[in-house]
Amino acid sequence: MNSEPESRNNILLALREILPEKYLLTAKEDLKPYECDGMPAYQRIPIAVALPSTIEEVQKIIRACESQRIPVVARGAGTGLSGGALPHEGGIILGLSRFNTIIDIDHENMTMRVQPGVRNLAISEAAAPYGLYYAPDPSSQIACTIGGNVAENAGGVHCLKYGLTVHNILEVKIITVEGDLVTLGSMTLDTPGYDLLALMTGSEGMLGIIVEVVVKLLPRPLATNVLMASFDAVEDAANAVAIVISKGIIPAGLEMMDNLAIKAAEDFANAGYPVDAEAILLCELDGAEEHLAEQVNIVMVALGEANASNVVMANSEQEKAQLWAGRKAAFPAVGRISPDYYCMDGTIPRKRIAEVLVEIKALSEKYGLRVANVFHAGDGNLHPLILFDAGIDGELEKAEHFGGDILELCVKMGGTITGEHGVGFEKLDQMCVQFNPDELTHFHNIKHAFDPYELLNPGKVIPTLHRCAEVGAMHVHNGELPHADIPRF
Amino acid sequence: MKTNLLDSIKQTKDGQLADSILRKCVHCGFCNATCPTYQILGDENEGPRGRIYLIKQVLEGAEVSNATRDHLDRCLTCRNCETTCPSGVQYASLLEIGKKHIEESTERPFKEHFVRDALLNTLPYRRRFKFFLRVGRSFSLFLPKALRSKIPAKVAKGKWSRAQHSRRMLVLDGCVQPVLSPDINSATSRVLDKLGITLVNIKKAGCCGAVSQHLNKEKDAQTMMKHNIDAWWPEIEAGAEAIVTTASGCGLMIKDYAQYLQDDPEYAEKARFISTLCKDIAEIIALEDYSALATTAPKTISWHPPCTLQHGQKVTGVVEKILIDCGYQLNPIKDAHLCCGSAGTYSILQPELSSQLGDNKIANLEKDKPEMIVTANIGCQTHLQERTKTPVKHWVHLLLDR
Ligand SMILES: Cc1cc2nc3c(=O)[nH]c(=O)nc-3n(C[C@H](O)[C@H](O)[C@H](O)COP(=O)(O)OP(=O)(O)OC[C@H]3O[C@@H](n4cnc5c(N)ncnc54)[C@H](O)[C@@H]3O)c2cc1C
Ligand code: SF4
Ligand code: SF4
Repeated sequence: MNSEPESRNNILLALREILPEKYLLTAKEDLKPYECDGMPAYQRIPIAVALPSTIEEVQKIIRACESQRIPVVARGAGTGLSGGALPHEGGIILGLSRFNTIIDIDHENMTMRVQPGVRNLAISEAAAPYGLYYAPDPSSQIACTIGGNVAENAGGVHCLKYGLTVHNILEVKIITVEGDLVTLGSMTLDTPGYDLLALMTGSEGMLGIIVEVVVKLLPRPLATNVLMASFDAVEDAANAVAIVISKGIIPAGLEMMDNLAIKAAEDFANAGYPVDAEAILLCELDGAEEHLAEQVNIVMVALGEANASNVVMANSEQEKAQLWAGRKAAFPAVGRISPDYYCMDGTIPRKRIAEVLVEIKALSEKYGLRVANVFHAGDGNLHPLILFDAGIDGELEKAEHFGGDILELCVKMGGTITGEHGVGFEKLDQMCVQFNPDELTHFHNIKHAFDPYELLNPGKVIPTLHRCAEVGAMHVHNGELPHADIPRF
Repeated sequence: MKTNLLDSIKQTKDGQLADSILRKCVHCGFCNATCPTYQILGDENEGPRGRIYLIKQVLEGAEVSNATRDHLDRCLTCRNCETTCPSGVQYASLLEIGKKHIEESTERPFKEHFVRDALLNTLPYRRRFKFFLRVGRSFSLFLPKALRSKIPAKVAKGKWSRAQHSRRMLVLDGCVQPVLSPDINSATSRVLDKLGITLVNIKKAGCCGAVSQHLNKEKDAQTMMKHNIDAWWPEIEAGAEAIVTTASGCGLMIKDYAQYLQDDPEYAEKARFISTLCKDIAEIIALEDYSALATTAPKTISWHPPCTLQHGQKVTGVVEKILIDCGYQLNPIKDAHLCCGSAGTYSILQPELSSQLGDNKIANLEKDKPEMIVTANIGCQTHLQERTKTPVKHWVHLLLDR
């Protein structure tokens, strides 16, 4: 094997042969903006950033990196919230933003073939003239790429009814670490053999580079209604979620925001949110006209039962869009009330939302940090935003501890440490809480089957057993494991 | 975002402003999605989030080379990112501070200096610009093709309404517009006449200062601002209701006089007043009863909202409403939020990107075969006209089309 500086030099020489000068960044200044993704607390400078635009270029880059044993971290739009696209100091960033062409729209079969750098929203925009859309709609949909969505198995407002990314794609093409182009899945709903497409979905850039995706499109619903219910108590809003769904209704979206989030989002979007409510629920219903009226009635009654202080219904397409615009911009809008936030992403069983919110509030008081809650309530996917000021010494660490406590709380309540933002770099320690050493060993084996030298996004998602042992040691207090009752399933 | 600006910078007013803007950015990347240069180049350094990061490095004392300056130069200042940003980051103000800082600490190559100086010494001065244009027109055959296409055909001046009403407003004639398209303000005077308003052109006023400001010549820009304020002041004291602008780029600049002159003991107060008086012609007409302006010969129109109108002045939907009320049919336009690439002097300083954006824009505007393309800024107008045979005009002309 070559020495480190030698392989560095070799790789730069090789990459220069593959890419035009302006698409290979090596100057320190140019690398700096790539040191982090949507989670700026973690930063590392890569040795280069490659911005290819053809599959052949990607193949050549991967082969060059493989032969020099240089790690490769794929990057879409860099909106990830778990440090998934955090560079490796000895590796390169493979940016896929230039792969932004829609290859084919097959409206009769309701599918679209796209390059990985196409933005999520651009897919639905291109499908709109055919009365179609792509259902998974992360709040970051204006910016995030479909490649990043597949890599994170992204979810969104509409996933309660229509499923996550994994339920809405048919086929992907990947480049393996050897540089081979492989197709996973097929244009039909079932493919013989193991479901490798599902394995690739959510693999966070660790098993292959996604270079093409075929997504399923859905017909736009005949009619939709958006209701906004206000509550004087957060617990009431939380309980309303379970009540609505227990009536046999699956809303197209059911989202909750608490007072801090409402204020921040309203300030940006002027959506007409009640800024003095303790919480609001946004509920979208869809279907045929006759059906819809019935659903609206049932939901209205359920919201009444749950002590909603007011319920309003959007009157026009514009009002509906406005109500969602505020929700979708809610995370960054929180930047208006706090210089930094730490966005958590745990899931819990729906019926325990109220209980968890009460505990989070207690933790908030304990740590002395405010929390704004914005989340996919219908799925039980929480996004507490811990507000802090990274400029104040120690606040980031405090926020991180607080976040760790929240995730462990989720596990304790029978949930998981990530709903849709992935594990990335951020949640390695919590993986030790969620999975036992045997399970982690299996994960490592899968990784090695695809990537024997650990070159694709190494050091993410699956913690080493050594790390878990250290985390365990750190957490053992007075000879006792904290949360000894946590099922190590 | 966490910041750690140099003490020497943090103590200045600019430094404090920059710090507060930077801290607001949460690094979500939404803004990249609507940035024209990021869309074309796909490099984080060529989008707002990356540029903000670069400026942060500079103000934190990192070494800067021409690389950073080039990335900032490629920004169109279209401010689409500001419209998109949920966190309310004032990107343009930060960019200005960043650029100023870099300009002071790096040296531009001679050729760049030459072109910039040439622009600074002609565009803002109506007479010099007119002279060069006349020479250009006479010798156009000898000019390189790239420049030839930039020289628009000569346009008749059009009649200025002479009617006197008790309501009076001032109009900024500006620098480039009266030379390239003198018919816009004369048409505006006739439209306002029908609404019972006299439009007064103060000949002594000149360039709004935007060209100099954006090429980092703050002092020159301030001289121009003060000159204009002095030129308008007597009429304002005599009761002029508003300063009307028909070029949205200039309008945005005048609306910002208050900010640029806030520390000038002599002019701050006046500048504040001038900025509140400044209105785009669309804002003026929208408040009047304009039913008499409806057309009897409805046309299908494509409307291009300039960035300085939609993202800068945040005047959106106003022109559309007036035109629809007046009987015109407006084509739906794809990517209407994107810049056409004209962006002041950008079309000359960054010809490649500028022309790619211009071509994309024209393709979208012409998709439904409009009879006319209308816009609200002279720069966009000439930039688009270079690329099409369909007439491109200021939209006020439609209000006289009976
Ligand atoms: C304000 C905000 C709101 C958000 N809301 C949601 C939400 O509602 N739901 C949700 O699910 N997420 C949400 N996210 C998180 C994020 O947008 C998603 O995880 C998204 O899928 C990331 O896409 P990206 O293109 O930005 O990928 P990146 O951040 O660039 O990368 C993410 C991961 O995918 C890998 N990757 C990227 N492209 C490829 C490729 N072509 N091949 C292989 N691996 C690849 C990277 O290596 C990395 O591990 C939000 C983020 C922000 C900032
Ligand atoms: S002003 Fe326009 S070109 Fe400049 S960063 Fe913002 S969106 Fe991009
Ligand atoms: S949208 Fe606003 S907060 Fe988000 S990265 Fe851009 S400037 Fe920063």
